[in-house]
Amino acid sequence: MPYIPHTPDEVREMLDVIGAASIDELFAEIPAELRPKSFDVPPGLTEMEVRRRLERLAAKNRTDMSSFLGGGFYDHYVPSAADMLLARGEFYTAYTPYQPEASQGTLQAIFEYQTAVARLFEMECANAGVYDGGTALYEAVMMAVRHTRRKKVVVSEAVNPIYRIVLATYTKNLRLTLVTVPHMRGSDDMAALTQAVDAETAAVVVQNPNFFGTIQDFTSLFSTARDQGAVSILSGYPVLQTVLKTPGAMGADIATAEGQSLGLPLSFGGPYLGIMTCRKALVRQMPGRIAGRTADASGRTGYVLTLQAREQHIRRQKATSNICSNQALCALRALVNLCLTGEEGLTRQAALSIENAHYAAMRLCCIPEITLLNRDLPYGNEFTAVFPINAKKIVRALADEGIVAGFPLGRYYPGLENALLVCCTEKHGRDEIDRLARKVEKAL
Amino acid sequence: MSTVFAKSVPGREGVWPEKPRTEPVDFIPEGLLRGRDANLPSLSELDVVRHFTRLSSKNYGVDSNFYPLGSCTMKYNPKFTEEVAALPGFSRLHPLAPQLPGGGDMVPGALEVMYETEQLLCQITGMAAFTLHPMAGAHGELTGALMMAAYHADKGHAKTKIICPDSAHGTNPASAAIAGYEVVSIASKDGIIDPEALAAVLDDQVAGVMMTVPNTLGLFERHLPRIVELCRAADALLYYDGANLNAILGKLRVGDAGFDVVHLNLHKTFGTPHGGGGPGSGPVGVSERLIPYLPISRVFKDEAGRFSLRYDYPKSIGYVAPFYGNFGVMLKAYAYILRLGGEGLTRVSENAVLAANYLRKRLDDLLDVPFDRTCMHEFVASAERQGKNGVHALDIAKALLDRGYHAPTIYFPLIVKEAIMIEPTETESKDTLDAFVTDLREILALAETNPAAITAAPVTLPVGRLDETRAARAMEITDDLG
Repeated sequence: MPYIPHTPDEVREMLDVIGAASIDELFAEIPAELRPKSFDVPPGLTEMEVRRRLERLAAKNRTDMSSFLGGGFYDHYVPSAADMLLARGEFYTAYTPYQPEASQGTLQAIFEYQTAVARLFEMECANAGVYDGGTALYEAVMMAVRHTRRKKVVVSEAVNPIYRIVLATYTKNLRLTLVTVPHMRGSDDMAALTQAVDAETAAVVVQNPNFFGTIQDFTSLFSTARDQGAVSILSGYPVLQTVLKTPGAMGADIATAEGQSLGLPLSFGGPYLGIMTCRKALVRQMPGRIAGRTADASGRTGYVLTLQAREQHIRRQKATSNICSNQALCALRALVNLCLTGEEGLTRQAALSIENAHYAAMRLCCIPEITLLNRDLPYGNEFTAVFPINAKKIVRALADEGIVAGFPLGRYYPGLENALLVCCTEKHGRDEIDRLARKVEKAL
Repeated sequence: MSTVFAKSVPGREGVWPEKPRTEPVDFIPEGLLRGRDANLPSLSELDVVRHFTRLSSKNYGVDSNFYPLGSCTMKYNPKFTEEVAALPGFSRLHPLAPQLPGGGDMVPGALEVMYETEQLLCQITGMAAFTLHPMAGAHGELTGALMMAAYHADKGHAKTKIICPDSAHGTNPASAAIAGYEVVSIASKDGIIDPEALAAVLDDQVAGVMMTVPNTLGLFERHLPRIVELCRAADALLYYDGANLNAILGKLRVGDAGFDVVHLNLHKTFGTPHGGGGPGSGPVGVSERLIPYLPISRVFKDEAGRFSLRYDYPKSIGYVAPFYGNFGVMLKAYAYILRLGGEGLTRVSENAVLAANYLRKRLDDLLDVPFDRTCMHEFVASAERQGKNGVHALDIAKALLDRGYHAPTIYFPLIVKEAIMIEPTETESKDTLDAFVTDLREILALAETNPAAITAAPVTLPVGRLDETRAARAMEITDDLG
């Protein structure tokens, strides 16, 4: 049997030591009436057969198209060296570093990852990551609820709608009030958000760039939140964060993000990485693992998991979160990617993505009857185009040409059926964008 | 070893894309742009490759060391599954693609993988349906607890409590609390759940009882049929924590046994790598009566054999994840299950249990085993006896590190003093197990004759024992703090 090394002779020897006549005897405690009524799992296959089957299934998916689909999940270039380094068994076949002396590789990497994301967002502290950007936002809200002991959470409608649905699922049994403040033509309604934040508010939650691609400054909103004793939470986009005003500079208390853009494959939604950073005053409310620097008795620098009194294996039902396994290997991948690309490389990725998006918007807006949802506001590598017809029709027509034109917003924003969210990264060439524009014009 | 930031040399070229023709400030007002550099590393590709290669050499992993970490099932991770998950037909798929008009036609292979994985997990566990969305075991627990809440609320009787035995993983009470429940702990008797203790607290406010089978002591819960009866009578749902499923594949299907909600850990039982602490995958299976509350989306197969995602389930608890869970992890588990097949999976549990009992027998003259009967895939010993010489479970763990073994889980479960929890898994050869016994015997002999040699361990690793108190006090959690 593959992966099971015991020969019949060895099994015999082991049973003799145990003093059992057969392996069956070891399962004698499971009574006959509890034994499986069926176990209808097909017979095993060779490695070659399984690979062929999976290759056939993979080939049924369409990944050869020219895609302008983003919505919080982006196809940036990943250096080859990242894959090579991540394939090291010493990293990926280890587990949570419970024995620090035998896990300095993982622990130092977590420490470096924490440093990198804290610097990226200009925040003081970071943890080792949670599942993804959506659950990171939920954990941030729970940090705020514990910190303030308040129950009202103000969320902008311009926050990723899928994250908002996740938030609703988790908070249903916790008697929290989620107040959603409608967007205004793709921008956050600052006046309404400011007004909604009061002395009962635990947190205000916004996203930058927001789901429509719009870039804003939340400094004033966060200042109001501070005056009201509420926690300010911003969900960001790591690659663009090299060029955009940071959550730290705006005065956010907690910044979270989906880390996928830092070198993780799209992989149909996971595994991804939930980045969590915060101010020092909130670090004891943070969920999950945190690595810290210390030393051994002879003064050698080393790293350990620290502030563990927050965690479930110590505090059980009083823990800050139930999280145990997180996405450690994804955090390592993000760190490795970030180091390979470096400050300059990442900044170029951001600048090229922004440049391409503006070129695409310019090309599309040259077509009569296509406008931007809010032409007065700045955007990054993603923008919302409005068509004279339902955006789904455009997407359908362009799919026949091998193009994924973007994400139609009608599904989550009634009234915006004609709006399409279009994204570019540094991987798009001008010819590819020109072709998009030509095919859109043809489809109208 | 200095950090990657300390190695940075401003201006050194990494893997850069071409220079843009424009700058962000050409499009975005300056006030919305970043004021200062992020101070991320500037390194050559070789600098980075060498840094991380050296870091990797400071780690123990299954590929390099025996890793008998109890409750974590550190089995060998087959290499071909890594290649399967990296196939561009899977790795390049955008998660929003199925939400596009006609998007289902862009992802049929992925939906088929998810559907088939769900069906296989149903067969393996005897549950009626599965969701693959939870991204780790604890996430599965929370999903399960939310479904239990939805079930009781739908019946018009929202309940307030969940019962966990004192031997439970810490995630069980934590997940129940986060789902809004009060947690009631019950004391074990002879290492297993005492049905009388359970009956005493099983009132009409109990939404569910969370169990691990075999439990964290590696023992089968002998009173399971009685526990099922008690729960049915109280309309409390029975939850199965699948952390220890590696013991019972083909021997017990928890659905047949009467469990209502089950989470599995694909990274434990189904051979996907642990990644230094994730990504995992924690699918949740349910019995017939809980199907309406499963998270959305759900994969649907029509009569023509076409797959689609459906969202129209009004009683669903909603989205527990933005998309479909850790798809890349599912792919590896799916490949693993196909490779082993039904018979192979049964052999997995048989050999895991064989190896654990073999180690238990070979060590039981040296270490106390508090509940010394046939164990399942793991057992818990106690180093209480060694305490008289000032040697504790922690010291034995560190001495094992010196000899090239990852340590077992220590000080868990909480109900055994000086606990050492050993799980060898089915993939370790008898030679490895024998060598481990020899080394552990030597350590325990030294604990008698020269305890200082054990309490000084480890001495062969990059660092000795680290000062955890200092770490918590100084709080240097980034290169810029402390």
